Amino acid sequence: MTAVETDARATGRLGAGRVGEDAQRPDGTLKVTGEFAYASDLWHDDMVWGVTLRSPHPHARIRRIDVTEALTVPGVTAVLTADDVPGENAFGLEHADQPVLAADVVRYEGEPVALVAADHPETARRAAARIRVDYEVLPALTDPRRALDEDAPPVHPGGNLVRHLPLRRGEQGRTAPVVVSVDVEVGMQDQAFLGPESGLAVPAEDGGVDLFVATQWLHVDQRQICLALGMPPEKVRVTLAGVGGAFGGREDLSVHVHACLLALRTGRPVKMSYGREESFYGHVHRHPAWLSYEFGAEPDGTLVYARATVLLDGGAYASSTGAVVGNAGTLGLGPYRIPNVTVDAYGVFTNNPPCGAMRGFGCVQAAFAHEALMDSLADAVGVDRVEIRRRNGLREGDRNITGQVIDSAAPVAELLDRVAALPLPPPADTSDIRALPGAVGNTTHGEGVRRGIGYAVTYKNVGFSEGFDDYSTARVRLQVTGGEAVATVHTAAAEVGQGLVTVQQQIARTELGVQQVVVVPADTSVGSAGSTSASRQTYVTGGAVQAACAAVRTAVLQRAAVALDRPLTGLRLDGEEVVGPGGEVLTGLADVLGDDAVEETREYRHRPTHAVDPETGQGDAHVQFAFSAHRAVVDVDVELGLVKVVALDTAQDVGRAINPDAVVGQIHGGSAQGMGLALMEEVVVTDGHVRNPSFTDYLLPTILDMPPMQVEVLEYADPHAPYGVRGVGEPPTISSGPAVAAAVRDACGRPLRRVPIRPEHITGV
Amino acid sequence: MDFLQPTTWGDALAARAERPDALAIAGGTDVMVDLNFDRRRPGALLDLTRIAELREWATDGDAVRLGAGVPYARVITDLGTQLPGLAMAARTVGSPQIRARGTVGGNLGSASPAGDAHPPLLAAGAQVEVASAARGARRVPVAEFYTGVKRSVLAPDELIAAVLVPRAAGPQQFCKVGTRNAMVIAVSAFALALHPDRHAVGTGIGSAAPTPRRAPEAEEFLAGELDWASRGPLPGTVAAEFGQRVAAAASPIDDVRGTAAYRRHSLAVMARRAATWAWDDLRRAA
Repeated sequence: MTAVETDARATGRLGAGRVGEDAQRPDGTLKVTGEFAYASDLWHDDMVWGVTLRSPHPHARIRRIDVTEALTVPGVTAVLTADDVPGENAFGLEHADQPVLAADVVRYEGEPVALVAADHPETARRAAARIRVDYEVLPALTDPRRALDEDAPPVHPGGNLVRHLPLRRGEQGRTAPVVVSVDVEVGMQDQAFLGPESGLAVPAEDGGVDLFVATQWLHVDQRQICLALGMPPEKVRVTLAGVGGAFGGREDLSVHVHACLLALRTGRPVKMSYGREESFYGHVHRHPAWLSYEFGAEPDGTLVYARATVLLDGGAYASSTGAVVGNAGTLGLGPYRIPNVTVDAYGVFTNNPPCGAMRGFGCVQAAFAHEALMDSLADAVGVDRVEIRRRNGLREGDRNITGQVIDSAAPVAELLDRVAALPLPPPADTSDIRALPGAVGNTTHGEGVRRGIGYAVTYKNVGFSEGFDDYSTARVRLQVTGGEAVATVHTAAAEVGQGLVTVQQQIARTELGVQQVVVVPADTSVGSAGSTSASRQTYVTGGAVQAACAAVRTAVLQRAAVALDRPLTGLRLDGEEVVGPGGEVLTGLADVLGDDAVEETREYRHRPTHAVDPETGQGDAHVQFAFSAHRAVVDVDVELGLVKVVALDTAQDVGRAINPDAVVGQIHGGSAQGMGLALMEEVVVTDGHVRNPSFTDYLLPTILDMPPMQVEVLEYADPHAPYGVRGVGEPPTISSGPAVAAAVRDACGRPLRRVPIRPEHITGV
Repeated sequence: MDFLQPTTWGDALAARAERPDALAIAGGTDVMVDLNFDRRRPGALLDLTRIAELREWATDGDAVRLGAGVPYARVITDLGTQLPGLAMAARTVGSPQIRARGTVGGNLGSASPAGDAHPPLLAAGAQVEVASAARGARRVPVAEFYTGVKRSVLAPDELIAAVLVPRAAGPQQFCKVGTRNAMVIAVSAFALALHPDRHAVGTGIGSAAPTPRRAPEAEEFLAGELDWASRGPLPGTVAAEFGQRVAAAASPIDDVRGTAAYRRHSLAVMARRAATWAWDDLRRAA
């Protein structure tokens, strides 16, 4: 980014900030200057601090908890255990199977057992260390591949199966002239959002509580908090606090109920804020996966059948494992036409850390398998790796493996052609070690360095699937204050950094023709917006804001029509004026509205989706599909096993780019996250214990790991979606990793069936 | 926790003697992590950053006397020519912010086997100058400084004053393997110094044994094989054998950052390459 460009922004080259224009974030300057208030900055004058005591064991019975000594620590205001949970001691996104505080048994390392509130966080931590928990350590089930064995110890009374999704399509037991197969293992990735879990609970005069918290889905938080507190929703008001990244990791509760419990017990505002280490225990991770795939094809590479088994380790509690299994099954063979399909996707319980939502949601793991296998197939039939994908890629009008017709653009071939046509990077510059694998580590001056190229393509469902009532609510108000028209947009949609606040402004400007749009803080005083996940908010909340704006516009124009004594038809809002069919100014907004405000609230639902058949997995499970392709170019020091990603270029269909700048930002970030999983990001769990809960050893890509990207944004509008939008956030995370893995395989010639790929895998030592 | 902030070296040594429960802190890049993780809870912190002379370096005969408080960033900007191996290692330390804070003295104080400064100090044959109020200063060869994982010969009443690093008489190299291309703790590291003046080779191994260590047998082997007189090319087989002998000198473990087998393997590769680069540099200089 050059200074000139920055100046151009300041001087308004950005345009009016309407739909389709690069628009500046309302919170951008605050974030860049460090003034934005994140949840960890929450403060209340008389607040106390809450901390959580967590289980050191992956599986243990709690014989007794003695809090006496903790209570004697000066400054401590409360110590709570499971007995202090007034409502149901249970929460969970799909099943309320997770205790707020463990009562009789702990099922994973880090499970919350007790809470302490004190006047200083350090006091609270020291008091927590004085809680005596008498554990009877139990054998832990930590290998998910054993979870469904007859003799496996049940993690929950109902057994260890969270969900089995079978897919049967076409002829079973098909054979084909060319058969390729692969076994792939995917490690546990963490969302690694930079702003750890934080919230402030303030007890209210009505006996209820106001919670300010960094989260992704206010209303489902509220529902779960109410269950645990035994309170009605009107007593539990949740407001979004500043969110420093989410990526799925804030869809489950963290500090929410704990802070409320402490606030209600102490009568004081309670702040809870995790450090980095606790954050690794405080949220779900991406499911580790074991995938066995077989493709059968004609001699020309045309796919005949696919057989696949997917096993996802859900860890100790269900979280969203069922839905992740749904994706890994229904989308798990990639964006290809496959007439005969046998897939079994399983999610299981173990005593490992709970896993749940993370960007890409089940498709990420599967893509490493189907893309590795497409390369094998290309090689087996002697077809180019781009061509094999192009040949089998879905097109609009095709049916996917659940039998659903893809009823808008499915540009698999075009995306591949576009990334393949992008210029390739020049050969490695051996005179600058920063450009080489190992970088300033000075491990090579060119020795052992081989270049590899890899391709991958994906598709991902946008929005919630399988019959979920997926809607959003928006309240829009228009009034003239101080001579200027101001639109106010109110939703419960969580801005987590992705730029929804900007999108809401752009839509309101576009629909109402006004410049000033205020997006007020998201809270539960307006209807649910659904989750900020599944790449859905621009689509669904965008749709709700559009609908609410349209209702406001109609109401205003009706007033104008009455005042002007003209028919409503042909009137529209432009700038701050009401104009007629020929663009002639008829009256000003100020005259129409006077001191009144016009306010409308609307819900928006995307087209319904449907549950899949429980025996065959067939059905119209999804509402929209988003496609992307990546080409990775890597230099690998094959002797040391070190990788430098030289290029990571992509093409993606976004339907319609509401804010093109932000779209590219999402693609950059998502691509980096996918590349991170391919090469370095893994929560290492041994015997149920997390071994690297820190950014010292959980490695995220740095600027020396992430290359500049060439990004091709295609806009094939989805006729069923507001403005034609297609979800943007997740596809880059799905196709980038497999492209990088393929490039590394290409460079070193080893099969590399596990990600993250480590130096010892590349070198084979 | 008390916070002691002496402004003179004498006061610092006195404080060190009076408060055995105090933990010395310079840049804080190790100490603060330990405190934040509650791994240590010292009775006091002894802040050494106000002592001006610790932040200075000077030539001292054939050596550079590097004050214990000189940050890595200054090692890079000031000493790239005189102490090239140490400067190369300094470039691999953390991020720019960490390099601005972290010090070679602190690295020695922590005595972590993964500390980036140790291998080049070993290869160069540096001496650590430590001091106490009671006994004054003494110099310890760096190879004798480390006694175990995060342990050293530093007595409870001693502080590290400086490290004396011989100015490079020949090419030096430092290589570090990490699983990302910046801001990473070493999976393994290797430093090499050629001493053409005395026909000797120095080595240092990091992150592959309980302490940083030399590979003396490999040093002798390479020194004996190199054609010091006419500076003929280094045969690939000799470089490879040197690499094997360096690897054999390590006693690595499996941990979350890497496997023992890979650490050994990577040392062999790094040592082979580093020897080749250094010898080529020497030949070019001739």
